[in-house]
Amino acid sequence: MLLSPYPTTSERIRITLLWIWCGLVILFLLVPIIIPVPLSFNSGAFFIFPLEGISTRWYEVVLGTQRWQSAIGNSLIVAFGTTVIATTLGTLTAIALSDEKFPGRRIIMPLLLSPLIVPVVITAVGSYLFYARVGLASTYAGIILAHTALASPFVVVTVGASLTGFDRNLMRAAAISGAKPLTSFFRVMLPLILPGVLSGAAFAFVTSFDEVVVVQFLASAGQRTMPLEMFIGLREKLSPAITAAATLMMGLSILLLLVANILARRGRKAPA
Amino acid sequence: MLLLSRAVYDPTIADALPKTTAALAGWNGQGLPGDDAFAALAADLKDNQAKGTAYELAKSLNARLPGARSQLLKTVRKLESADGQAALDAMKSVPFWSAPATWPAIQSGTRSFTSFYLLSALDLRWNADGAIERVPPEQAIFIQVFLRTFFVAASVTLATLILGFPLAYLIANVPKGLAAILIVAVLLPFWTSILVRTAAWTVLLQKFGLVNDFLLLIGVTSDRLDLMYSRIGLIIAMTHIQLPFTLLPIYSVMRTIPPSQMKAAYSLGARPFTAFRRVYIPQVFPGVMAGCMLTFILCLGYYITPALIGGASDQLISNFIANYVNVELNWEMAAALSFILLVFTLALFGIFARVLGLDRLKLV
Repeated sequence: MLLSPYPTTSERIRITLLWIWCGLVILFLLVPIIIPVPLSFNSGAFFIFPLEGISTRWYEVVLGTQRWQSAIGNSLIVAFGTTVIATTLGTLTAIALSDEKFPGRRIIMPLLLSPLIVPVVITAVGSYLFYARVGLASTYAGIILAHTALASPFVVVTVGASLTGFDRNLMRAAAISGAKPLTSFFRVMLPLILPGVLSGAAFAFVTSFDEVVVVQFLASAGQRTMPLEMFIGLREKLSPAITAAATLMMGLSILLLLVANILARRGRKAPA
Repeated sequence: MLLLSRAVYDPTIADALPKTTAALAGWNGQGLPGDDAFAALAADLKDNQAKGTAYELAKSLNARLPGARSQLLKTVRKLESADGQAALDAMKSVPFWSAPATWPAIQSGTRSFTSFYLLSALDLRWNADGAIERVPPEQAIFIQVFLRTFFVAASVTLATLILGFPLAYLIANVPKGLAAILIVAVLLPFWTSILVRTAAWTVLLQKFGLVNDFLLLIGVTSDRLDLMYSRIGLIIAMTHIQLPFTLLPIYSVMRTIPPSQMKAAYSLGARPFTAFRRVYIPQVFPGVMAGCMLTFILCLGYYITPALIGGASDQLISNFIANYVNVELNWEMAAALSFILLVFTLALFGIFARVLGLDRLKLV
């Protein structure tokens, strides 16, 4: 498709250059995220190739020491809490917004999406000042609520996308057949938009699990999450344990987001 | 809103100096106030010392009046054993309290609602005549930080465009199977968190890291470069993180342009470059704008990457905000800087939403 049917030499050169340039860009994109993986299996304590030997000692550090274990535990508590609240709130918001008669859609949508754009430090400072006043600073609830604010937009977007293919007449049909609104939501609507909801939940989980700035402001010493532990480690002393933690986090994010995207795609296609 | 209120409302000085506030209410700001103001300040300082808040007051006043901290604490010690006329004499014996700049600063501090921090964030201040002026260059830091932030954001945006545009073009024009593989290559880093990718770059950019190995190998440099804690290292890492944000909106537009259009342009006699410029570019322009604006806006708020990869002179505005909150505990200054950054970001986002539409935010 790139070449015309009877390519000239200059055209061939240009297309070849394009391929080379793009090959380099792909390398630039992929090498940095692949590099930590072999380094995390290095048995030596330095980041220098060639590797001194293969070992899992850095994974034993991350999964076996108390400091990292508590960080992983905190991350999971916060991420699950955020996922539950953000998915619930986001789904309900998306359902309300998908109604064409809903007042103020054009104003609410940009407001809802603004956490994706607003610098996260501002969100963090704002939540810190606010939660300190209402007594939520240094609590799991405070961190979970702040993360919910960051993660909910993703749920609204993914659920909203799956709702575009949802036929509202189905809800009327359910009502005529005698179903109460709540019953028709759980038995008719939710099963149909479930791919979108699950995909939004995965986005919410990853958003919270990867987040470090809000945690840095709100968490007490005992509430450090895995990313915060990494951030602190990177500031103090570079240890290969960080590459092991990075590999674990990267694997989890990629896995969840892969599932999320497959679900989102299916959610958009199925009802059409 | 809470942020803005923190930026313009600071009752510390007014709360700490109630008697002085009352004594200064009728003062016109010219010359020195009467002895009653000196006596009131002396009484207030003694109260603060008794309540243990003198240090906090000294710090707050020092933000407005450099040098006030040590003078105030010195005076407080002198006042400890003095009362009435003796206290007044003690105040007059410290030349600092009779200096021309001191009392206007105290008076402006006693007003709880203040534009002091917002102006400081733009390197401006009220002068003694009540007009707004620039602060002297040696104190002016924030304009420079804002300019640096804009410069880094613009460099990163340009770099992502140069790297991303050809790749987006390639992905949009190769057969479907290959395009899917290439898109995954773009999405994999996109799905990895900023922190993890910053961590990866701190490994790569080390003096004995892979980037230096590579540069030596191809002979670009003969010495190992200090890429960590440098502006260039920061821009490289940020470009890597932002590349998918620029590329994906461009790609989603390119995907909708049928290749037959270019063929039609060729068959009408257009040279490849002309066809590209006149037929292709106008159509992908909204995508390019969306990608570039998105990257620019997101770059303005970068915090993690400059904190870990940038040097002391590469810290962006977000890092200053975090520093004011975590280290200097000057929440008012942090709030003022946040407010200005927020205004820039939301203004650009508003333009984005109006001109390009919110749908362009959907990246996959």
